[in-house]
Amino acid sequence: MFLLIPGISISLSQCAMTSSRHTNSKRIEGLDKNVWVAFTSVAADPTIVNLGQGYPDIPPPAYVKEALANAAAVDKLNQYTRGFGHPSLVKALSQVYGKVYGHQIDPFKEILVTVGGYGSLFSTMQALVEVGDEVIIIEPFFDCYVPMVRMAGATPVLIPLRLRSNKETSSVSSADWVLDPEELASKFTSKTKAIIINTPNNPIGKIFTKGELQTISDLCIKHDTLCISDEVYEWLIYKGHQHIKIGLRFPQPSSVLTITISSAGKTFSVTGWKLGWSIGPEHLIKHLQTVMQNTLYTCPTPLQEAVAQGLLRDYELMGRPECYFSSLAVELEGKRDRMAAILQDVGMSPIIPEGGYFMCVDVTPLNEDLSHMGDDEPYDYRFVKWMIKEKKLAAIPVTAFCGDASKKQFEKYVRLCFIKQDSTLDAAEAILKNWNK
Amino acid sequence: MGIYRYEQVTIFTCSLCAFNTTGNSGKNNLHARRIEGIDKNIWVDFTQLAADYKVVNLGQGFPDFSPPSYIQEALCKAVNGGCSMHQYTHAFGHPPLVSILAKFFGRVVGHEIDAFEDILVTVGAYQALFCTFQALVDEEDEVIIIEPFFDCYQPMVKMAGGKGVYVPLRPVSSRVEGGKALTSADWVLSSEELASKFNPRTKAIVINTPNNPLGKVYKREELQVIADLCIKHDVVCISDEVYEWLTYDGAKHVKIASLPGMWERTVTIGSGGKSFSATGWKVGWAIGAGPIVKHLKTVHQNSVYHCATAAQEAVAQGFQREYELFGTPESYFLQLPEMLNQKRKKLATCLESVGLQPILPEGGYFMISDISSLKVDLNDPSTQDEPHDYRFVKWLIKEKGLATIPVSAFYSPEHRKDFQNYIRFCFVKEDSTLNAAEDILRKWSDLK
Repeated sequence: MFLLIPGISISLSQCAMTSSRHTNSKRIEGLDKNVWVAFTSVAADPTIVNLGQGYPDIPPPAYVKEALANAAAVDKLNQYTRGFGHPSLVKALSQVYGKVYGHQIDPFKEILVTVGGYGSLFSTMQALVEVGDEVIIIEPFFDCYVPMVRMAGATPVLIPLRLRSNKETSSVSSADWVLDPEELASKFTSKTKAIIINTPNNPIGKIFTKGELQTISDLCIKHDTLCISDEVYEWLIYKGHQHIKIGLRFPQPSSVLTITISSAGKTFSVTGWKLGWSIGPEHLIKHLQTVMQNTLYTCPTPLQEAVAQGLLRDYELMGRPECYFSSLAVELEGKRDRMAAILQDVGMSPIIPEGGYFMCVDVTPLNEDLSHMGDDEPYDYRFVKWMIKEKKLAAIPVTAFCGDASKKQFEKYVRLCFIKQDSTLDAAEAILKNWNK
Repeated sequence: MGIYRYEQVTIFTCSLCAFNTTGNSGKNNLHARRIEGIDKNIWVDFTQLAADYKVVNLGQGFPDFSPPSYIQEALCKAVNGGCSMHQYTHAFGHPPLVSILAKFFGRVVGHEIDAFEDILVTVGAYQALFCTFQALVDEEDEVIIIEPFFDCYQPMVKMAGGKGVYVPLRPVSSRVEGGKALTSADWVLSSEELASKFNPRTKAIVINTPNNPLGKVYKREELQVIADLCIKHDVVCISDEVYEWLTYDGAKHVKIASLPGMWERTVTIGSGGKSFSATGWKVGWAIGAGPIVKHLKTVHQNSVYHCATAAQEAVAQGFQREYELFGTPESYFLQLPEMLNQKRKKLATCLESVGLQPILPEGGYFMISDISSLKVDLNDPSTQDEPHDYRFVKWLIKEKGLATIPVSAFYSPEHRKDFQNYIRFCFVKEDSTLNAAEDILRKWSDLK
């Protein structure tokens, strides 16, 4: 206990007090570091061609922006709405996903609206995961999964995707990165509370096949494990591939218990709106709702109304080329193919993604000797920092998306985001073409 | 794009059906222990009830009038701004917003505020509270909460594994006996009682000024007592100041962070929604010394990470305007309390005239009223086991079409039974709403 006389500044002891008493809670110990911190300042520098952080520099569809402007003009829509999701939004979601799932989804009991897909992941973790639990995470993974599992007091158990051994490296697809079924089975224990899958996957772009999801589903049912399915890129599926929802058969009791997570930001190219949703059986969603009512209570109203309007418009067009869910995928496929060609032209081996808006590429063919940068960081971190500085091109190191044990496996890969304007891709092309000059 | 329905391997799964029907096998309960006991929520219950019965709603605290037009315009402008308005901004706060908040509040508090170190922008003040408790409260830590309190403090402390320690404001008995109309200023803390709540396990104290539901605006001397104890016991002060602009009858809002020795141990929480009458925007902030705010940021980056860009841009524009007009008659932060003061007086007069003794609030959105003198036959069997004020509020909704909130909801489970005779009214409503409430109350009074 300290006794201070108020008003008298005793800076040394105050500093000591600040550091000794006002320390962080145990739950956030070691969770302050973040890969994005190192690289976000890049976004502010207009001379750098930024294929790093995953957000579009293409505009969102006009009707979605209009819907927000219209909502802002309605008085009532500037005040609190229903905590678990604005009624018009959850009803629109119920319609869209009712069609996708092929059965009714209760808008009030089986859906929770959250602050982005991120908020859904957090609500799920806080609602269902705790000390003593294990959560299986497939590498490479969207980086927040591990700190969220740790903040919930649980242990992350990692398993990497591995490149099929009989593949030539010149034309690798994300489909060639697979799980070893025996290895996966070995990760399940009596403590395994959940497995997180991300399909399409960030960063590799893999879309899990029916067979792969069946394997995972069987293990979940055998071990009484929940499935947390992060499907934020669910509409960004390229020709010849299909997005499959592991939670498809709910609410029937024989299917694996799944929380499925989606994102308005990724669906409508409005990452800055930070709206997402969780869909699942009532007896799980109600726990996520409890977390919501004790964390931020409700999401912004006008944004939810605008997303509802956007969904209703596209619901009518579902299955047709004018539907934004389809047209965006078509537009991005062109950019994907262009990006792949640019990389291949300079001798690199991109992993062609089946979905999503990222492409990982093995930079070994560029032959950059970065030993002068020391070896305390994995190669890809050094490469990206060097590339930003020397080539004015930004990407993200793929080891940011894996655990320590897998770093060697992924350290030659960097992730490029291709949901960018043609002019941005042109600029990237120019840099790569002139690499050795 | 097609959706492929995959076939279940029925033989394999059949025998395992039993495991999944309730989801409660193998592992004890599906839900995490941290959410045990915090699933009930008065807003969920009472908002639904108010919607079901089509009432005159003086219950939940949000305006039914429009935000000022310049703020709505600011949002429209942001929406039609460039691409970047619709994509991620800085995680800890959109730079134009944190910059103007630093400038604005630096001037108010008389202490330089670093926009990028000392501020975290959150999804409403609610999320700022959440980040603060999660960042600083561990198992077994005690958090002192002054009653009556905004109801979320208790479950948030619980979810963080902490223990709420409660100390009530009490009406000063001499004033009551003297027959003077009670105001929120007559509700005070006992310094000895407050001091007795501090011990080596006390991590933080939460204060809310102006207070919800009572409307108390803590005076400098009262804050000094709290500050002295915080400094003596090395405790963090969490100061919820969402209603900071709404003070009446000359009451002055004092920021405890501005008292000597308090800047480095206070987290001050504010709300764009309450400041600009746009509660649905959900833009809030926590301001405090960098070493503490950085822990809130860690929670934030592992929970929501970013807040909506366009809403932050619009609030930034709002604050820019208010910075320039501060203290002048055109400032919304002066116009709003002036407008609300009229409504406050109107409602108080109405309540007095029908025998519902109001406690006149010095600040905020709400007024509480003593219902103990009312004799009503609350014969609804569905509310039998509930506190008296809950039963009364539900009766008022169902029988009279008027929605309010029971004040025992703002008390700890241990003290709830001693404060069952008050209900809370929100007066931040159009005059037509207040008139409609008045009609209901008069008709009811005439019947008695």
